[in-house]
Amino acid sequence: MPSNTMIRRTFMGTAVAAASLSVLPVPVLALTESGARKLVDSLVADINKVIASGKSESAMIREFERIFAKYADVPIMARYALGVDGRSASASQVRAFTKAFQGYIARKYGRRFREFVGAKIEVKSARKIKSGYEIKSTAFLRGESPFEVTFLVSDKSGKSLFFNMFIEGVNMLLTERTEIGALLDQRKGNLDRLIADMGKLG
Amino acid sequence: MATVIGPKHLMGAARMREILRRGAHICAFLGFATLAACGAPDGAVLETGGVYDPHEKANRNVHAFNLGVDKVFFRPASKGYTNLIPDPIEDSFNYFSKNLSEPGDMVNSLAQGRFKIAAISLARFVINTTIGIGGLSDPATDFGIPQTDTDFGETMAVWGIGEGAYVELPFFGPSTQRDAVGILVDFFTNPITFAVQNPLENAGVYAEILERMSDRGRYSDTVDSILYESADSYAQARLIYLQNRRFELADDDGDTYVDPYDDPFADIYEDPYAE
Repeated sequence: MPSNTMIRRTFMGTAVAAASLSVLPVPVLALTESGARKLVDSLVADINKVIASGKSESAMIREFERIFAKYADVPIMARYALGVDGRSASASQVRAFTKAFQGYIARKYGRRFREFVGAKIEVKSARKIKSGYEIKSTAFLRGESPFEVTFLVSDKSGKSLFFNMFIEGVNMLLTERTEIGALLDQRKGNLDRLIADMGKLG
Repeated sequence: MATVIGPKHLMGAARMREILRRGAHICAFLGFATLAACGAPDGAVLETGGVYDPHEKANRNVHAFNLGVDKVFFRPASKGYTNLIPDPIEDSFNYFSKNLSEPGDMVNSLAQGRFKIAAISLARFVINTTIGIGGLSDPATDFGIPQTDTDFGETMAVWGIGEGAYVELPFFGPSTQRDAVGILVDFFTNPITFAVQNPLENAGVYAEILERMSDRGRYSDTVDSILYESADSYAQARLIYLQNRRFELADDDGDTYVDPYDDPFADIYEDPYAE
């Protein structure tokens, strides 16, 4: 089992390294308002495509993980979710946690995809904030009053990626930091155990 | 009270903002002991998701009680209600309940100095009570009149009273000291429920309970994920309530976001994949 995990981890590392190599030669362009807006537009288009595909739940979750990895700054989000507990973590622990976090988020939010069947998200406004851009959108779910979804986009990772999301004012990163903190407490702060368990969580 | 902390329209927006910021001091100055909504940290701490919960231990006990009530009674009853009653009838009951709250909303909007919104509540009440057959349907929305929703908790927020400590109320769930006072005041001042010659008896109370059951039943997956699938449902419910409530009450567009790239644990923003 540990070797299996190692293989997967190495595979992921290689895959990610390959992916990042392919974007390296492209000069990093400064993030603009229209760039940030475009990112969210295309994220929304990708999500809408998955919802419309009518695939099985597990296939949708895989698709969602791919979309999350493509559009979100997963490393910084995972670190923020880990919070102060991350300070004492080793580099390899942080790496393993980041990978586990990506799958956990994909499952946790991907499982709710069926609620979004027939939904539509419209980008409303974009404005500069100190950490990048704030993109406000309105989500229209069938049979429900529209609600506000806000994405925060930054290029501090070298690529334009979203790093936080607010649904009617509820901060996704802060919610996850609270949850991860509680999960760690349950394991008496043992990060390795949390990372091992995260495959079944979310 | 109204002479000192008057509704919003009595003073300029800038002055209002100033008072909001100094809400806690003004509370203390007025000796607003009964409201107990004073003394909480205000400003940036709260806006960035801060939690002021000095009664956490007691609150957690109430939370355990609420979870029990939900598990044994409220959740199954609500799911049964939503599944059994056809959607159009359930919608009608919800419209009815919402319509009964319009007069109270109007009074609160007036107290907040939001005259346009007060007029909207009045128009909705008149249209839905007449054309909407006693409020069982919502033609006002079909006519393009927007839905409104407010409460005395919001009125107090507009008056500059701080949100106070977080409290979890039995049966009602997450709240703050300010909102708990608001619930009480709204309950006892609802012109419909407590009219002397009340033709509706306790219809308002029953309608409210049905509306809550409808919400619990319809958003069952979301509520279940918070109450039963999170590692610490108390902390999750607290965080989600506070953030959503502050979002509802805020009407400025400030940049109060926490920058994770600035976080103390942000120095680690080297390549996480580097060996």
